[in-house]
Amino acid sequence: MTTPVIELRDVSRRYDGGPPALHEASLTVRPGEAVAILGPSGSGKSTLLNLIAGLDRPDAGTVTVDGVRVDGLGEAASAKYRRTRIGMVFQFFNLLDDLTVADNVALPALLAGTARAEARRRTAELLASLGVARHADAYPGRLSGGERQRVAVARALVNRPALLLADEPTGALDTTSGEDVSKLLAELNADGQTVVVVTHDLALARSCTNRTIRIVDGHVTEENR
Amino acid sequence: MSALGEVVRSGVGRRRVQAVVIGLSTLMAVTASVLGATLLDVSNAPFDKAFAEQRGSHLTVRFSADKTTTGQLTANVPGVTATSGPFPTVSATPHAQRGQRKPMTLVGRADPGGPVDAVTLSEGRWAGPGELVLSADTPMPERLMGSRIAFPDLPGGPTLTVVGVARSVSRTADGWVSPATITAPAGYQVLYRLASADTADQVDAAGAAVAATVPEGGVDGARSWLAVKREAVRETAVFVPFLVAFGLLGVVMSVLVVGNVVAGAVGSGTRRIGILKALGFTPSQVVRAYVAQALIPAAVGTALGVVAGNLLAIPMLAETEQVYGTATLSVAVRVVAAVAAGALGVVAVTAWASAARAGRLRTVDAIAVGRAAPTGRGRWATRLTARLPLPRPVGLGLARPFARPARAAALLVAVAFGTTAVTLAIGLVSSLAVVQDARQTDLSDVVIGSFSGGLRNAPMSPEGPRPQLTPATDRAAVTAAIDAQAGTKAFYSIARTPVAVAGVTASADVLGFGGDLGSSRYQLISGTWFRTPGEAVVPSPFLNATGTRVGDDVTLEDRGQAVTVRIVGEVFDTRNDGMRVLVDAATFPEAPATSYHIAVEPGTDVTTYLEGLNNALRPLGVVADPNQDGGVGDTLLLMGALIAFLTLMLVAVAGLGVFNAVVLDTRDRVRDLGVHKALGTTPRQVIAMVVASVVVTGLIGGAVGVPAGVVLHQAVLPAMGESAGTGLPAAAFGVYGPVELALLVLGGVAIAVLGALLPAGWAAGTRTATALRAE
Ligand SMILES: Nc1ncnc2c1ncn2[C@@H]1O[C@H](COP(=O)(O)OP(=O)(O)OP(=O)(O)O)[C@@H](O)[C@H]1O
Ligand SMILES: [Mg+2]
Repeated sequence: MTTPVIELRDVSRRYDGGPPALHEASLTVRPGEAVAILGPSGSGKSTLLNLIAGLDRPDAGTVTVDGVRVDGLGEAASAKYRRTRIGMVFQFFNLLDDLTVADNVALPALLAGTARAEARRRTAELLASLGVARHADAYPGRLSGGERQRVAVARALVNRPALLLADEPTGALDTTSGEDVSKLLAELNADGQTVVVVTHDLALARSCTNRTIRIVDGHVTEENR
Repeated sequence: MSALGEVVRSGVGRRRVQAVVIGLSTLMAVTASVLGATLLDVSNAPFDKAFAEQRGSHLTVRFSADKTTTGQLTANVPGVTATSGPFPTVSATPHAQRGQRKPMTLVGRADPGGPVDAVTLSEGRWAGPGELVLSADTPMPERLMGSRIAFPDLPGGPTLTVVGVARSVSRTADGWVSPATITAPAGYQVLYRLASADTADQVDAAGAAVAATVPEGGVDGARSWLAVKREAVRETAVFVPFLVAFGLLGVVMSVLVVGNVVAGAVGSGTRRIGILKALGFTPSQVVRAYVAQALIPAAVGTALGVVAGNLLAIPMLAETEQVYGTATLSVAVRVVAAVAAGALGVVAVTAWASAARAGRLRTVDAIAVGRAAPTGRGRWATRLTARLPLPRPVGLGLARPFARPARAAALLVAVAFGTTAVTLAIGLVSSLAVVQDARQTDLSDVVIGSFSGGLRNAPMSPEGPRPQLTPATDRAAVTAAIDAQAGTKAFYSIARTPVAVAGVTASADVLGFGGDLGSSRYQLISGTWFRTPGEAVVPSPFLNATGTRVGDDVTLEDRGQAVTVRIVGEVFDTRNDGMRVLVDAATFPEAPATSYHIAVEPGTDVTTYLEGLNNALRPLGVVADPNQDGGVGDTLLLMGALIAFLTLMLVAVAGLGVFNAVVLDTRDRVRDLGVHKALGTTPRQVIAMVVASVVVTGLIGGAVGVPAGVVLHQAVLPAMGESAGTGLPAAAFGVYGPVELALLVLGGVAIAVLGALLPAGWAAGTRTATALRAE
């Protein structure tokens, strides 16, 4: 059996005073899997994703990603961990408005210490393969929602992460663009990319993933299909 | 709670950092202003206060003992509200000390009190028979306590014991004795308080009325309190130009920073204002809410600033009190009121103006602020820095000011003011050091018969008066002894003669220099040093007092002989109030040397040298001493401390301005910074990015502020000299070297970086997940 990419053991997270946003959650994701995390609003999906990405720390339990114990990392170490092992895509794109499309994509590569020329080459390659090459020198403000999300995906992939995390990647898109992004994720997974997608869109979950996790009130359950 | 109150409460509570910044900047501004304004206020008031406390003498008249009788002196004069006296008075020259050859005005008074000129004993007790109380204006009078001073020119040549030190604000005597001690008074002193004495005319009229009560020629002299006051405030007058400069700098800077902070705080609330209006708040309600939101922390800051200003004023006022003796100085209530009202006024007006602008915005637009597409300003800078060989976070930080030029400008102004203050302060301190240095005109190691310090350098020895150079001393033998002494490198002599300056009622000391002047160091302000007999250099006050200029001739009268000299240079020398004429000894060939100034060979032990020389000099009845010229003056120390303190204050205000600008900026970018961190930017890289965003602005601020500081320095310094009645040596102006200037510009960067570090740390420490959730 291959070593898991994600290994969560009895992870709990409670925001000050409230009910637990995540309660003793355990989850294992293996390389090449495409996992959908489904659940109603406020159920703890984003919380789970933030814990995996090292953006947040659990109150209890362990989070191991690609062999790294994420829950114990300090701020600087978790930043370096994200840089090299994680790519993130958000609902509202989170592109930096004052950087061009190409600069947005190249930024994580430069942070990771990639040489400028190499980062530029990799960026061009990704933008071309995602079909947004002609916008390379434009600013994100001019792009359509679907195009922006493609750029965000390119940015997430620039360091060839072991894991691609997406939080509601189609949440801010119309149906066509949404399907577009969903197809893109499916293709990436077909090429071997491990993908975790948070969504409450059942159709998206079906079309681009091969496994479904459900969260209700912070409790994680595996769904058979 | 009303809806409005609710909005204000939550506004202050939620925007805690903003509230703290408003509070802190008003605190600093108010502290600095209270201090500056108080110092300005008291630099004028102490005399008046002390004068009132002692019921000072508006008019001090000396009547001739020959032409009047004491009975005539108690006549009622219209306009006089109180009198003291007649006190017998005499002018007597003390013998006991080397140096002190100035005649003293002695006044016989049974007690220090009375209806006019109630003098304050600061040391010891009042004089009984055979005793003397010295005026506190004597240099270091405490050191003379208990010593015995002989007055050979008084009948019977009495020797008086110093039993006390007293201060008369009206400066009515150099010393007080019991009335019985003055057996043959030369005159009688009567002190008058007048109903109206505000103008010279009023005092003169009273003087004429007094003169009319006695026979013709009965009045020897009269002195108005206005003249005394002018003399007294001259000492502190030198402070005024520098206080005005710092005060203005402080006030302008405080207004700018407080205004900026408030405008920024309100401006960043534009979206909230839009939402409030969407909920049904009227524009005026919005404005009121935001003015209140700014005024609450500002009021707290003002209150604390008043307390801090008062506390910090205490040690400084204590120093000032020492100069004036009696008065207990305090911070004036009207100063505090004016500063507090000013500070709150500035806050209210800026808050009102910026809230009114936000309140007038169409609600939709206001809500859209923050959501609206970025303006795209400064993108060229981002592209440019991408090409520089810099780590990306640093490059992004460097480009940041170009995206928000208005905010960068506010930051720049704060830094520029800060560096101006520092530049001015460092310049002033260096100039004062140069001036202090220039006051020490004698660099020799050993002196014989030096008069430079007067009483200060003439400690009474238990064996009685120290031997010294008298007219009978064999000068040739003295110079021979110095020449013969092993270790003598070079020496010069000064022959000091009091002279009258013809045509003006001024007296001066002529200093005739002979020998090797290598160890003297007079600094010229203009002109040249004297080269031949008949040429003279004089200090600036001499030029002012005699109405002469470099190039003019003056005639000096010495015991009936008149000598005309040409003034060829202006020299920096404030001793004897600058009433000196420096010439070649050959100009007054008859005047005997009154002091010798010896430089010893390098490596010579001065103590051993002195022992040897004194052995040789003993038969001649003279003693050589180590040179004690110099030492840092109190005024200078106080000034240095004051400058340092005010500068620190202004730098803190500048840092706060930077801090505020950076806080606002990181707040605006909280989501962007979150994205950076999600992409793997480490906390340290975030700090680097935020700090880099202020470096260029700090550099420009420094480059603007430093020249401004230099210009201010060149303006303040001559004004300070003028207040002190003297020109300043050129060296006092050329205190900035290229290295210092470069470092000062870098100081601007330092202020910017220091102000940015805290918010940078916050930005780095914010939980990424939280930052990404931020709207
Ligand atoms: N920073 C936070 N502070 C306090 N409570 C939080 C915070 N983040 C999330 N929560 C709470 O934790 C619970 C789970 O939130 P989470 O964002 O994980 O939900 P979600 O499943 O992603 O919802 P949605 O589908 O609406 O995005 C919610 O009740 C939310 O209010
Ligand atoms: Mg969510």
